[in-house]
Amino acid sequence: MSGKHVEKNQPTSFEFNSVNLEKINKILKKYPSERKKSAVMPLLDIAQRQHDNWIPYAAIKKIAEILEMPHIKVYEVATFYSMYNLAPVGKYFVQVCTTTPCMLRGSEKIVKLCKKYISEKEGQLSSDNKASWVEVECLGACVSAPMMQINDDFFEDLNEETAIKIFEGIKSDQLPKFGSQKGRIGFEPNKRLTLVKN
Amino acid sequence: MIKLKVDGVEIEVPQGATVLQACEIAGKEIPRFCYHERLSIAGNCRMCLVEMDKSAKPVASCAMPAANGQVIYTNTELVKKAREGVMEFLLINHPLDCPICDQGGECDLQDQSMKYGVDKSRYQLNKRSVKEKYMGPLIKTVMTRCIHCTRCIRFASEVAGVPDLGTTGRGENMEITTYLEKTLDSELSANVIDLCPVGALTSKPYAFEARPWELTKTESIDVMDAVGSNIRVDTKGWEVKRVLPRLNEEINEEWISDKTRYACDGLSKNRIDKPYIKVNEKLEACSWEQAFDFIIKNTKDLSGDKVFGVVGDLIDAESMYMFQKFLNTSFKSNNIDFRQTNLFINPSHKANYLFNTTLARLPEADLVVLVGSNPRLEAPIVNIWIRKAYLARKTKVYSIGDNFDLTYPHENVGITHSAIAEILNKKGKIYESLKTSKKPVFIIGESALSANGEYILETIKKILKESNSLNENWNGLNILHQKASSVGAIYLNLMKENFLEKLNDDNNKLVYLLGADHVKLSKKNQFIIYQGSHGGLNSKIADVVLPGAAYTEKKGIYVNTEGRVQSANKATFPPGDAKEDWKIFRALSEKFNNLIDINTHEILRENLFKDFPIFKNFNEIPQLTYENLEIKNINASNNNIKINEIDFYFSNIIAASSKTMNECKIAKQVLLKTGTDN
Amino acid sequence: MLQDKDRIFTNLYGDFGRDIVSAKSRGDWKDTAALIAKGKDWIINEVKLSELRGRGGAGFPTGMKWSFAPKEIKPGRPHYLIINADESEPGTCKDRDIIRFEPQKLIEGCLIASYAIGANTCYIYIRGEYFNESKILQEAINEAYKEGLIGKNACGTGFDLDIHIHLGAGAYICGEETALIESIEGNKGQPRLKPPFPALVGLYGCPTIVNNVETIAVVPTILKRGGKWFASFGRAKNTGTKIFCISGNVNNPCNVEEEMGIPLKELIEKHAGGVVGGWENLQAVIPGGSSMPVLSKKICDTIKMDFDSLVEVQSGLGTAGVVVIDKSQDIVKCFARIARFYKHESCGQCTPCREGTGWMWRMLERINKGDADVQEIDMLMDVTKQIEGHTICAFGEGASWPVQGLLRHFRGEIEQRLTFKNKKIA
Ligand SMILES: Cc1cc2nc3c(=O)[nH]c(=O)nc-3n(C[C@H](O)[C@H](O)[C@H](O)COP(=O)(O)O)c2cc1C
Ligand code: SF4
Ligand code: FES
Repeated sequence: MSGKHVEKNQPTSFEFNSVNLEKINKILKKYPSERKKSAVMPLLDIAQRQHDNWIPYAAIKKIAEILEMPHIKVYEVATFYSMYNLAPVGKYFVQVCTTTPCMLRGSEKIVKLCKKYISEKEGQLSSDNKASWVEVECLGACVSAPMMQINDDFFEDLNEETAIKIFEGIKSDQLPKFGSQKGRIGFEPNKRLTLVKN
Repeated sequence: MIKLKVDGVEIEVPQGATVLQACEIAGKEIPRFCYHERLSIAGNCRMCLVEMDKSAKPVASCAMPAANGQVIYTNTELVKKAREGVMEFLLINHPLDCPICDQGGECDLQDQSMKYGVDKSRYQLNKRSVKEKYMGPLIKTVMTRCIHCTRCIRFASEVAGVPDLGTTGRGENMEITTYLEKTLDSELSANVIDLCPVGALTSKPYAFEARPWELTKTESIDVMDAVGSNIRVDTKGWEVKRVLPRLNEEINEEWISDKTRYACDGLSKNRIDKPYIKVNEKLEACSWEQAFDFIIKNTKDLSGDKVFGVVGDLIDAESMYMFQKFLNTSFKSNNIDFRQTNLFINPSHKANYLFNTTLARLPEADLVVLVGSNPRLEAPIVNIWIRKAYLARKTKVYSIGDNFDLTYPHENVGITHSAIAEILNKKGKIYESLKTSKKPVFIIGESALSANGEYILETIKKILKESNSLNENWNGLNILHQKASSVGAIYLNLMKENFLEKLNDDNNKLVYLLGADHVKLSKKNQFIIYQGSHGGLNSKIADVVLPGAAYTEKKGIYVNTEGRVQSANKATFPPGDAKEDWKIFRALSEKFNNLIDINTHEILRENLFKDFPIFKNFNEIPQLTYENLEIKNINASNNNIKINEIDFYFSNIIAASSKTMNECKIAKQVLLKTGTDN
Repeated sequence: MLQDKDRIFTNLYGDFGRDIVSAKSRGDWKDTAALIAKGKDWIINEVKLSELRGRGGAGFPTGMKWSFAPKEIKPGRPHYLIINADESEPGTCKDRDIIRFEPQKLIEGCLIASYAIGANTCYIYIRGEYFNESKILQEAINEAYKEGLIGKNACGTGFDLDIHIHLGAGAYICGEETALIESIEGNKGQPRLKPPFPALVGLYGCPTIVNNVETIAVVPTILKRGGKWFASFGRAKNTGTKIFCISGNVNNPCNVEEEMGIPLKELIEKHAGGVVGGWENLQAVIPGGSSMPVLSKKICDTIKMDFDSLVEVQSGLGTAGVVVIDKSQDIVKCFARIARFYKHESCGQCTPCREGTGWMWRMLERINKGDADVQEIDMLMDVTKQIEGHTICAFGEGASWPVQGLLRHFRGEIEQRLTFKNKKIA
């Protein structure tokens, strides 16, 4: 994998909307006033959420202004962390964990299904422009492997059948409820010996 | 002091030293790439690993503070293996392009791989390749060669004060770049070329020009401003190929401005290499004989008060001295001045016109007031020293005069003289800061001295005197000169009352310009002689043009704004028929039957030292006493302090002739126009 | 087997409400003010008595770490507590469950720990992917504020505590405590050089203690039931209960709180429904998250799950993320994938890690395909040794240990694969 893909067609301007400006004010209060820069990650996140799940240069510039940071410092952060998208992604942004614990439980099959149901190539928009998918590193849900993240939600305890249901759901904008697709609440064993519900 | 053992030998090192420094004190060589004395510690290259008792892992000596009782080993098997390992990692993705790399012969990686590298690469996979990055007209990038030491980033943000460089991505995809590949917005940008330990950042103008071992190296002094940066001039054949900084802890440390470094291509362009005389309103090349005869024919019987001499920006003391002697003996004229524009100078006491705090003590300042001065453009090196004060103690910086960009936070308090009167009347922000300041510094620029400068100078003296900062212990009074010749000229008394008015007077019959390119002449019926190295506006209107030597082509003394006397050396020869200025004056004096009997440069210096002993004190700063420093009461006027526009890249005739400086100027204009938005 | 009455995380599976009322009914926030009233020294001492070791991976004694915070708070240099909820170590997902099912235990722990180290501000750094979890935790924090349990005069103790969540954005390295601090400061998550250590120079240059979620969440129970009680589980220096995450080729992957020192086999068989295809189908186990060297089946047969036992077999307890690999798996492929993880997550700052992780990954891919020479096995081992111990942070070890573990226990198999392939080519 190479560095981040950065969109060529950039919008010329970016402004935070009023709801987000209010949010930003709240966020700034979390950090000492002379440490505004601390808010760069939450602000990048807000910009991304406001701007169809990707961050344009204009937003980086705006954030640099708000936080009084050099542009390059904001850009450093935006390119360092994997969750910031610098180019458009699908409305449903599917991230399939393929690190070893998920691999052991069949994440490769999920990747195959992504290729079939979304797009042949990783990072490409689906033909209906709705979704795109990427392989990612461990998302911290190894005990419910294989799993994937769609936008903010984890879909866990997948198998081919449930994965297909989800991909079909994307097409009709009707995703199943997120979480374990096997009906677990947490990471409880199927057959519990302990911590019996009373 | 801290006591520790290095390779079995007990040594003492000062508090705050690192293990690496301790090893050096113990005489051990520690390889390094990322570590640099003048930058913050990054500890990322891992080349400087040493073994330390009670530490399971080897430690990065550059980042480890020395401590009492430490036991360090620098040459164990473990250390050797560690360094070889790091070296191998650095090389696996480093291209094998040394034969076509400009860093070749001066490359830290090349040198150290001789010592720690293994002869055969075990890495059989494809090497990473990284796209070039645009960083402006000076820095050529071959980013595939980058070893990610981050020296360039640290220089830009720490020393230059322009945090334009950074890294994108992470892991093996990490790349060094400016934001959206814009030009590095600094007058000091090219220092990153010296800092880069490999060939990732090399000199664009010098690309493929020469190999280091083909060059003749001459130690010298820079003349692009009045700082007197220490430089090394590298020549190949006649041509100056490059200018590099030379270490001087009290002046430029190891940095130089981009102009100092790159104006040198102007030395081979636009040169006056033959004498010229005006025939039918046109300048025509001629021989020295013809030129001299022409001068004599036209100026023979002129008396002193009709003859004027103007000294230019880049002139050395010896040339000025001979100029003065020549006008004195051949014309009985004393009408010489170096001030090509209005400039108030009070020569009665050195404190009145020197940068008295000195550069090296600027970091001690706890308050800096810039009066009609933009040090970033007038003297980028001085700006580094002020920034150091800011970094060391968050020194508050005020400026009086119209506003501009600096590389540290500063507050503008307006443009009127009243801002100064206010301080004296114990009012205003600056006064509030001054009250608690122990070491205030006022820096008065030429712009402030150009309109009612006397008021500004005397009032600031009063202010400093009252805050006990105008004495042997701390002198906060500073004049920041812009021209390499200025202080030398003051030492030589080359000043005349109302000079500029008289110069353009009808009565005046002869104007002799010694490299004076900026003086405005309303040519009427004067005969004008221009003597200098480069053609400019004033050489065009001259009746006679005499080819002189540029600063790299003669030995000469320059006095910097601190009053420090330094000697520049001859790195190459004047081109064509051009001659060193003092020789021209000698020859002319002979023509005028008033021979100045000085035959060698040594004798010239002896004469100079005899008449003006101050020039003997090489590299020293004059020691001043203050009993007889007069402070006058001058009435304020309602003048404004307007910062004279400074065309940094074109500020003198050599720079203005330089293609590279022209490119820098254009790049800067693009940057200003587009900001960072592309 | 640990009995329910000795479990700290009684809502580990989310059977009951996570809201503050339910949490209180399970004993959270009981007597907190009284515990705090006993003073810093008592708290730190009790934690020392419990022999609690950090649950974030390094296993550093928690009481000792707290005692490194300067006693006196200097003006302009406030102390900070940072909770490390970056949880990105492959094989690990325990902190997520504490956050979503037992958030009040964590918040209560934050108050006590903050008090003990003199911090009036606590940041909880949650990995960005746990977005929903962060919302749950924020709600829980809001509830605690509302009840006056934190905030000004927390629990009526006269002590003030603000808790803020800081979300990460996808970078494993931000779990490393100094990278995490850099990240909160608004920088790339690149680890700092040590010394100075965060306890003296941490967040914003001020004294800072960083602890894992689980470490902090067990503290209230330890104080309530006594350090001695906690220390009664497991053996000396390896005490207490611990959440194990069992993933990979087991019948019922799960998280479970068990006694420190439980035999690995018992853990897998009792709680996770056994190895798929039975114990004999076991190929290997990664015992403590992907950074910890893998164990061969032979070791798994008898090993006990605590810090020191695992160090004895050249591995470690790490985060107690147990990844089970059965015989149907291609072991080289498993580790090539882990190597790819480290290559992807290296911050890129220091040479051995930036250059070495990619090299290891590419070599393992070649070995996996059978493209390599047998001699390259030794070279790969060399490369791991060139990284290990030479980097700025422990990521270097984390990246090289798994490869070393693989070569240590599966060299024969790799050789066989390469010889076979090489022969075929010849
Ligand atoms: C590469 C790397 C990643 C780490 N990731 C985590 C993590 O995700 N969560 C965590 O609690 N500790 C992590 N740690 C350990 C922390 O640096 C630190 O030791 C820990 O948070 C201290 O808490 P504890 O003493 O309570 O265990 C990581 C360390 C390294 C070197
Ligand atoms: S070891 Fe890796 S992760 Fe740690 S500082 Fe070095 S490059 Fe970054
Ligand atoms: S010189 Fe010490 S790590 Fe680079």
